[in-house]
Amino acid sequence: MLYALCLLLFVVGLYGVVTKKNVIKIVISLVIMGYAVNLFLIMLGYREKGVAPIIDQTTEAAKFAQTSVDPLPQALVLTAIVIGLGVTALMVAICIRLYERYGTFDITEMRKLKG
Amino acid sequence: MIELLGLLLIFMIIGAIIAVETRDLLASVICVGAVGFGASIAFLLLRAPDVAIIQIVVEVLVLVILIRATISRDLTAISGDREFFGMVVAIVLLFVVFLFGMRVFEHLPPFGQPAIETLAQSPARVYIESGLRDTGAANLVTSVLLDYRAYDTLGEATVLFTAILGALAILRKKARKRKEDREEE
Repeated sequence: MLYALCLLLFVVGLYGVVTKKNVIKIVISLVIMGYAVNLFLIMLGYREKGVAPIIDQTTEAAKFAQTSVDPLPQALVLTAIVIGLGVTALMVAICIRLYERYGTFDITEMRKLKG
Repeated sequence: MIELLGLLLIFMIIGAIIAVETRDLLASVICVGAVGFGASIAFLLLRAPDVAIIQIVVEVLVLVILIRATISRDLTAISGDREFFGMVVAIVLLFVVFLFGMRVFEHLPPFGQPAIETLAQSPARVYIESGLRDTGAANLVTSVLLDYRAYDTLGEATVLFTAILGALAILRKKARKRKEDREEE
């Protein structure tokens, strides 16, 4: 059920990428798709009534493995979120240059002005 | 807990639909902010505090970048979508994508059962059991990031550096070659 809602969020972003004409709208849709994928990966590592993967000196490691959530997806999603920031900055920079060149954000107008 | 997460996800979906559909670009960017902070709260509920913190930081930066791109530019919003036939085809294809995704979820373990439980030799189990002894880091996420998979983090820093370098190169006003040409003239 939660996975389905996550997929629905992804599909909303995909809808924006496929149907919108505004370049900024397309960038926004890509950002939303990124959020959906990150959320899904974190959900895969969640354990029912689990605790955050921060260990204590007093707790035993083998017992902690029975209660902790999976730390591996969290580490990888941390990386993915930061890379998403860099990619968004690059996309927005390209959008600003396109606006300066063509005077619009409309992708169909840009295709007409090609050459 | 699951109901709360579901409500949060529905809130995020509504925010995403408004962000995609609204005419005003600034309102659209603000709706993306709502979606991102909802994602941050969801990470907190899923017991991922590090990811929640980094999500808030990145979200603020993304909003600043997007507002920088949209404000005082093209305030006359673009009206009208693609042609009607293209819209219908797109929606049908998205529905097919959704159905295939649902079929994939049938093969996944149910929500709340991570792969550590089903796989005996999953790497995450090794990280949890020997992470504190091997690396001395109490936070297992940082022990994975900065010790077990440190080369991944180095690659991440490289990608980030390249992306920012590319953005600066694209946004630079004057090319260097043109300046030399002017001096020759």
